[in-house]
Amino acid sequence: MLKVRGLTKRYGGTEVVRGVDLHVRRGECFGLLGPNGAGKTTTLRLLLGLIEPDSGSIELAGIAVPEHAREARMKVGVVPQMDNLDPDFSVRENLLTYGRYFGMAKSAIVARVPELLEFAGLASKADAPIVQLSGGMKRRLTLARALVHDPDILFLDEPTTGLDPQARHLIWQGLRRLLNEGKTIVLTTHFMDEAERLADRLVILDHGRVVAEGAPRALIESHIEPAVVEVFGEDLADWTHARAASLCQRFETVGETLFCYTASPDTVIAALKQAPALRYLHRPSNLEDVFLKLTGRDLRD
Amino acid sequence: MTHFFHLPRLSWRFIPVWRRNYLVWRKLAIPSILGNLADPMLYMLGLGYGLGSLLPDVGGMPYLTFLAAGTVAYSTMNAATFEVLYSSFSRMHVQRTWDAILNAPLTLDDVMLGELLWAVAKSLLSGLAILGVIWGLGLYGSFWMTLWLIPVVALVGFCFGGMGLVMNAVSPSYDFFLYYFTLIITPMVLLCGVFFPVSQLPPLLQNVSAWLPLSHAIDLARPLVLGKTPGDIVQHGAALCAYGFAGYVIALALTRRRLLK
Repeated sequence: MLKVRGLTKRYGGTEVVRGVDLHVRRGECFGLLGPNGAGKTTTLRLLLGLIEPDSGSIELAGIAVPEHAREARMKVGVVPQMDNLDPDFSVRENLLTYGRYFGMAKSAIVARVPELLEFAGLASKADAPIVQLSGGMKRRLTLARALVHDPDILFLDEPTTGLDPQARHLIWQGLRRLLNEGKTIVLTTHFMDEAERLADRLVILDHGRVVAEGAPRALIESHIEPAVVEVFGEDLADWTHARAASLCQRFETVGETLFCYTASPDTVIAALKQAPALRYLHRPSNLEDVFLKLTGRDLRD
Repeated sequence: MTHFFHLPRLSWRFIPVWRRNYLVWRKLAIPSILGNLADPMLYMLGLGYGLGSLLPDVGGMPYLTFLAAGTVAYSTMNAATFEVLYSSFSRMHVQRTWDAILNAPLTLDDVMLGELLWAVAKSLLSGLAILGVIWGLGLYGSFWMTLWLIPVVALVGFCFGGMGLVMNAVSPSYDFFLYYFTLIITPMVLLCGVFFPVSQLPPLLQNVSAWLPLSHAIDLARPLVLGKTPGDIVQHGAALCAYGFAGYVIALALTRRRLLK
């Protein structure tokens, strides 16, 4: 569905995307993860043919981009990072107007609107102005708008950023439904639970390069110890100095917390029971641990 | 910059962009018509009758007629300029409507052509309203000749729409547009013979005036109101086209640099 080879993009002297290869299969949900500034949004804009790469090739739905970006975009629905619904129109008019940009006849769009409103859970809000919608409703409408021309593939740029948990779950439910209908989804996010939940496969981007690729479970298994014990408390420094190296396979201290990565958490916990001043949290390792291991803990603003 | 420059690649996909603006305008048509059209009309009638009663013939015609011909061009210029500055800027920068459209199979060339032709439509409306007053008050020499004002008005709208899009492309905020009005539009109104004949200006300013697009517009409009065939039609028409087209092409490159980098 999407084949990308050796994609690079330079701004002035800095390479923002540095030799990215991607291969997305039909019907899968593909995650594009990375810290801020890793090149996720730039990559999406390159894939849509909005900007031209300095080198590399893109084939989207079988069409070469950016050479035939217009034709390719006919087959893609886009949910951008920032809402850009048309505030001059109602919910229904937003769908009607957007369909026209794809050259659809009015009758074809009108026939499709009830289905899209139902999908977005906005049937009762069809004639409401955009300002009356909550953040979650706006996102759902943006998603429905991206589907107006029945695209084969959907690009979602941080679709749930800024939403409350209820609203996020509604979006996820909608995306699951689309995957069941056979749509292909490419999703950028920096919510690891979102990626773990939705993505069949994903890549982690950092400084414009792919640093890891695979299914979420496989990435966790291959990149990181199976369990994490997070330790915090007053005597942490002394305990770390005395015990951490012998008890943990790998550890790091971040602020006031020690992250102890291990295959045998029971041993660590038994040792911690002897140190009543310390508190701890034992959990299975997750995608976020992989992400932080590969991209580091520095702020990326 | 050269990287962002290429000749416009035009397609029919601009139509839904034009239509989007039309549909929004239709919702607010009545207040919009009053707001856009009443103002130039009040100036024209107020000054035309008030000041005109004190004056002898100006440029060989009653002052009201002189002013009416200038106002056709002036109000058309304003209509196009306001549309591509404030309204286009809202759609491009504040509402991010252009971003949404660019994710569909449209290019920036299509979007900006739609915006430009929408500005032409707004200009036509504005010019026709003044033309209506000219007809109503019988300020014309030959009714049939005044019909030629309609294409002239469209051309003037194209010219100032294209020029204004350049400002839209470089403006960081609405406040920036004041410079354009203060430094370009207002001096042009005073130099190009809207309110008084260019012959009243010192020779140096007359030479400057001859190059300004509003002068070309007025040199076409004023004879047509009087029922005469304008001189140098081709030169004036070509100048208006050139200003508008150059504006569109430059604006396209600048906007491409702004949005699609």
